Amino acid sequence: MNELTRSMVLWCPDWPVRAHALQHPELDGDAPLALIDKGEVFACSAAARAAGVARGLRVREAQARCPALAVVAYDAALDARLFEPVLAAIEQLVPGVQPIRPGLFALRTRGPARYYGGEQPLAATLIAALGSVGVPDARAGAADGPFAAQLAVQATSAESAVLLVPPGSTSEFLAGQSVEAVGDVGFAELCRRLGLSTLGSLAGFGEDELATRFGALGLRVHALVTGRDAETVVSRPAAAQLERSIAFDDGVDRVDQLAFAIRATADEVVAALIAAHLVCTAVTVTMETEGETSVRTWLHPRWFTAADLVDRVRWQLHGVGGALGLSSPVLRVTLTPESVDSVHHHEEGLWGDAPDERVHHALSRVQSMLGHEGVVTARVGGGRLLDEREVLVPWGDPVPAEIAGAAKGPWPGALPDPLPATVFRQRLAVSVADSSGEPVLMDGSGALTGDPAVLVVGAITAVVIAWAGPWPVIERWWDAAAARGVQRLSLIDEVGTAWLLVFEGGAWAAEARYD
Amino acid sequence: MTSAFELLPVERAAADLERVRELNARVRSLQRITLAGSAVEGSPVLPTLPDLQTLLPGGGLQPGGVYSVIGSTSLLMGLLAGPSAAGLWCAVVGVPWFGAEAASRLGIDLSRLVLVPSPGSAWLAVVAALADALRVVAVRPASRVSETDAARLRARLRQHDAALIAFGEWPGATARLSVAHSAWQGMGQGHGYPRERVVTVRAEVRGVARQGEWAVA
Repeated sequence: MNELTRSMVLWCPDWPVRAHALQHPELDGDAPLALIDKGEVFACSAAARAAGVARGLRVREAQARCPALAVVAYDAALDARLFEPVLAAIEQLVPGVQPIRPGLFALRTRGPARYYGGEQPLAATLIAALGSVGVPDARAGAADGPFAAQLAVQATSAESAVLLVPPGSTSEFLAGQSVEAVGDVGFAELCRRLGLSTLGSLAGFGEDELATRFGALGLRVHALVTGRDAETVVSRPAAAQLERSIAFDDGVDRVDQLAFAIRATADEVVAALIAAHLVCTAVTVTMETEGETSVRTWLHPRWFTAADLVDRVRWQLHGVGGALGLSSPVLRVTLTPESVDSVHHHEEGLWGDAPDERVHHALSRVQSMLGHEGVVTARVGGGRLLDEREVLVPWGDPVPAEIAGAAKGPWPGALPDPLPATVFRQRLAVSVADSSGEPVLMDGSGALTGDPAVLVVGAITAVVIAWAGPWPVIERWWDAAAARGVQRLSLIDEVGTAWLLVFEGGAWAAEARYD
Repeated sequence: MTSAFELLPVERAAADLERVRELNARVRSLQRITLAGSAVEGSPVLPTLPDLQTLLPGGGLQPGGVYSVIGSTSLLMGLLAGPSAAGLWCAVVGVPWFGAEAASRLGIDLSRLVLVPSPGSAWLAVVAALADALRVVAVRPASRVSETDAARLRARLRQHDAALIAFGEWPGATARLSVAHSAWQGMGQGHGYPRERVVTVRAEVRGVARQGEWAVA
């Protein structure tokens, strides 16, 4: 039988709200605030809760209950990022911390409790430590196994912040907990309908009975309710502080100077990652000047090297302030690795990858010459007009997920095969005339005023030998603001070049050419 | 019992043959660098569309070759389609009007196609950088190419076994391709739509012109 791991779980209540407050210290911490995820309240501040706002409410209902409520979109990355220093502070005191989710973490008590002279002093020490890093109302719970410890910490209150379930009595403690604690909504609902509302009532069943009825879930539930949870605290690898920043006292206003100065910092970031056996696939670059801050997260198709980081800083500067730099000198640059992964997952295959690696290097080099948007790959998306159908994705950025769905269509009114090879990004103004030289236009009923005989493109006049159309392409007729209606006309001139013209706003323009 | 790592005689022979081939390839590449002029006859060509093979010297796009395409984006795509469909990476530099959807219908794999729509004055440097890693690079020269630059780029192409397709005139091109005529099916006076197209391609190789037909899929 498994030895149970005596575990302690610490909880920072309302962590998302606290993280938001830490990120925006200028905001009033006591004002009612709700973080919204997918149109529902994800977390709310104490003031908001006092006014009746609760997790899971629709935004509108929450605002009706508390008119002064400030509503902010929930940012999971921010949550996780700001929790990192908190964990680091705890790791100064006890080794082997397992983060469960931002705001909640577990640790083994055996060693630390002996060191601090018992679980009660250990809990007090950790709560005090959390208080010093900006979490004044942390709670602690301990029990045999992390599952029970997590339930224990949820049973604490603001008045009694610590609940220690004595060793050996975890089964009794669990017996009083409701079935929702298992964490499976469907299972909990079913149990309630069967008249089983507490974990204790489930504990009466044998392992095989639960397994027959619920399969693998039943086995797990049995292990949990009988206090034989095989789960143990898995400590995370020693956290490394990965963020690096560089400050310029006098400010730097030239891109090349900045790129030169940032190189050492970029090297440090990469060295810290390597030391932790990590690679970074997303990085946030924060640039501060007098009064303005530019923040952007960059992704990388493989992982960032120091040179890549320098490039991202440079591109961000180009994007913000034109070719020469920001409007005022840069005072501080911070590089924050956002998503890191174990280096083992990114090790090059023994045989493969080499050609693509070379391609990537070459493209990165071109990107460092022309900027991030200078090198693109094309994807076919949805739409009827040709330039809409092409989506250009900068090299290294992920392809937007909605493109694949939109490409499937159907798009009635889109062109049939073959498609024109030349698609004018900016339409070319042209004019069409009939055999007597009169301009051919569209009348009110959508018919041509004459048969096209001559096409004039700039200084070139071509004789039309075949033509077809017009075909209307009408989009979003249900939305007056976005509605768009054009008429398409195909022409073939005497050298065999076919043209695709559109009539919009009373004039012809070339959309594409089959050349 | 023999060790698992010991090679059978057959395998050893195969390995030796591979080594000989490798050395041959190196000798050839060294020769190519020292011998100015056209690519060595008989060197393997890049995969090319069958209709265009007959028009090109050596029966296809040659590594190290420069092909000049005049005036037709479709023809440019036709030259890229063969190598791309065979899994090679291609790049198109300085052609902002390149219709990617038409390219994919012609058999170009968009996931291995890189576009650099507006390289500006740095286009030659961009092409040189891309030629190091990509096998086929197409470029519209934004300015006149000097003989020196062309020769330098050509040496680089030979070194990396890459082919260049210039969308416009290029000094000393291996072949110069243009569209002599296109015949369309499916469209009349006011009815139908442009359905099928047969292009008469004109290829000039060292002053000798040839014509061939290409049915655009």
